Amino acid sequence: MPFEEIAHTADWSLRVWAGNLETLFAEAGRGLYALAGARPAEGRRSRRRFEAAAPDPEALLVAFLSELVYALEQEGTIYENFQIEIEANRLRVEMDGAPLEAVNKIIKAVTYHNLQIRCSERGCEVEIVFDV
Amino acid sequence: MVSIQNLIKISDYEWEIPPTLRGDMRVPVRLFATRELLEQIADDKSLEQAVNTATLPGLVGQVVVMPDMHQGYGFPIGGVAASLFPQGVVSPGGIGYDINCGVRLLASALEAEAAAPHLNRLATLINQYCPSGVGREGVVRVGLPELERVMREGARWALKHGFAGEQDLARTEEGGCIEGANPDKVSPRAKQRGREQIGSVGAGNHFVEVDVVEAVFDSETAAVFGLRQGCLAVQIHCGSRGLGHQVCTDYVQEFQGAVRRYGIELPDRELVCAPMDSPEGQAYLGAMRAAANFAFANRQILAHSIRRAFEETFAGKEKGWQLTQVYDICHNIGKIETHEVNGERLRVCVHRKGATRAFGPGHPALPPEYRSTGQPVLVPGSMGTASWVLAGTEASMLRSFGSSCHGAGRTMSRAKAKHDVRGEDLRRELENRGIRIRAGSMAGLAEEAPQAYKDVDLVVETVCAAGIARKVARLRPLAVIKG
Repeated sequence: MPFEEIAHTADWSLRVWAGNLETLFAEAGRGLYALAGARPAEGRRSRRRFEAAAPDPEALLVAFLSELVYALEQEGTIYENFQIEIEANRLRVEMDGAPLEAVNKIIKAVTYHNLQIRCSERGCEVEIVFDV
Repeated sequence: MVSIQNLIKISDYEWEIPPTLRGDMRVPVRLFATRELLEQIADDKSLEQAVNTATLPGLVGQVVVMPDMHQGYGFPIGGVAASLFPQGVVSPGGIGYDINCGVRLLASALEAEAAAPHLNRLATLINQYCPSGVGREGVVRVGLPELERVMREGARWALKHGFAGEQDLARTEEGGCIEGANPDKVSPRAKQRGREQIGSVGAGNHFVEVDVVEAVFDSETAAVFGLRQGCLAVQIHCGSRGLGHQVCTDYVQEFQGAVRRYGIELPDRELVCAPMDSPEGQAYLGAMRAAANFAFANRQILAHSIRRAFEETFAGKEKGWQLTQVYDICHNIGKIETHEVNGERLRVCVHRKGATRAFGPGHPALPPEYRSTGQPVLVPGSMGTASWVLAGTEASMLRSFGSSCHGAGRTMSRAKAKHDVRGEDLRRELENRGIRIRAGSMAGLAEEAPQAYKDVDLVVETVCAAGIARKVARLRPLAVIKG
């Protein structure tokens, strides 16, 4: 798995890495679900689009993950099969929404604490702190 | 990296980080802690976060950090910072996502010994009437117009609808309603999250706990608070649920632009802030107060549900089971208060992130019966250990912006707790010690294991030795209900 939980005294922290920025976003989404113990149920999937604009990739990442947190708690929906485009500080995501079978833990929010996406020729990496 | 070596020792219980430590600090940091407690947080980022907090524009006095401090995001948990009103800043991340997370304490005259045969039923009923866990809906669902009234009126809304008594409100911080709430500044998404969650506990470290008053240290004050040794009491720990989480999420996002507009440079983007007298600052204050009032109403409805469980369990069987409110406090909040700073009385916005208001005797914000004692300060321990009731002091007004500690404070990461502790084993161990457990998630239980927390007694000894609170009573858990 291209993500791992790292120690944080009060909350949850996740390190995510991927070959490029788009894949990093998708893996961060999958990592969020893994931390929350969220699993999709069998049943009908519905494709939906999410778009955001922000001054930098970190703000786009918070917007994207906050959308997943909201859908998890409020709609009981878990997303998969992410198709992600990031261009000129605009994010476009297409994803399949599935009904939630189970979730173990509530994630209150996605924070900006020390949030910095580092990209090099070897790929991209980020550490995200979630308030739980 | 800030370390213990950077601290100046003031006394065995008080330390300072001078503003000369880092060029961007605007005020010093004052820590209430013993060396032992400081060593417990040496490996996390609490000290660095305290120094980061000291860079906020418009701060006065010093950033204060309580002995239950631990690493958070932006502010350290246990952090208190006051900015000059109205030109100083307000920082949504410095108040936290769970706006007006707080604690309510109810007390009875029912002896624990007499209650013992009924406690299993009581725990089951509380678990039934106080929904807890991930996304669980509350016992009250409202439409949007009614939700707006909840956000404007807080616990007063609960009083109007028969969920509260006048004394409950008198014994709630701000009377259970912070003036200046503006539901129009709360996003539709936040409102959507709040509509179905009134009267629910939530998950994480939130709980309802039935306790026995195990020891009384100041019998006169305990009597005023309604605490009787050997009798049952109940703590409720929760906040503004998804509504508050969304308000903070929305404004931390929005303030990313505000700091650029106002030319504010910060070491951590989670500390984003805006001047209180700016349109952005005003909007956040209105929304934050609306979420805080939602939380007051939430804890009030939970208190009502717990009273119902007590009545169904004990009515006709035992005497003295009626629950009176001791107090209800916020520990994640921003409040406009007047404090003396360097000999001058100033209006300030006190950010309390994991810190409890602890007003001393004579403060006009206290109900008449508590004017001589000082405000009850509620310090829940970790599940399975003691909790404390303290009282605010005159020294807390002068040295910590009328604030004290809010709990034991974590010392072990959630990842390590999950690795080291099995939820089922913990449940068995606690039940063998006479603590009934009703928990929705064994993994969640493991994360909140007592060994993941500091020694609450040491935290309390520290604030009392430092003079910013004094001991009134210690509580021991008999039943814990959590998500």
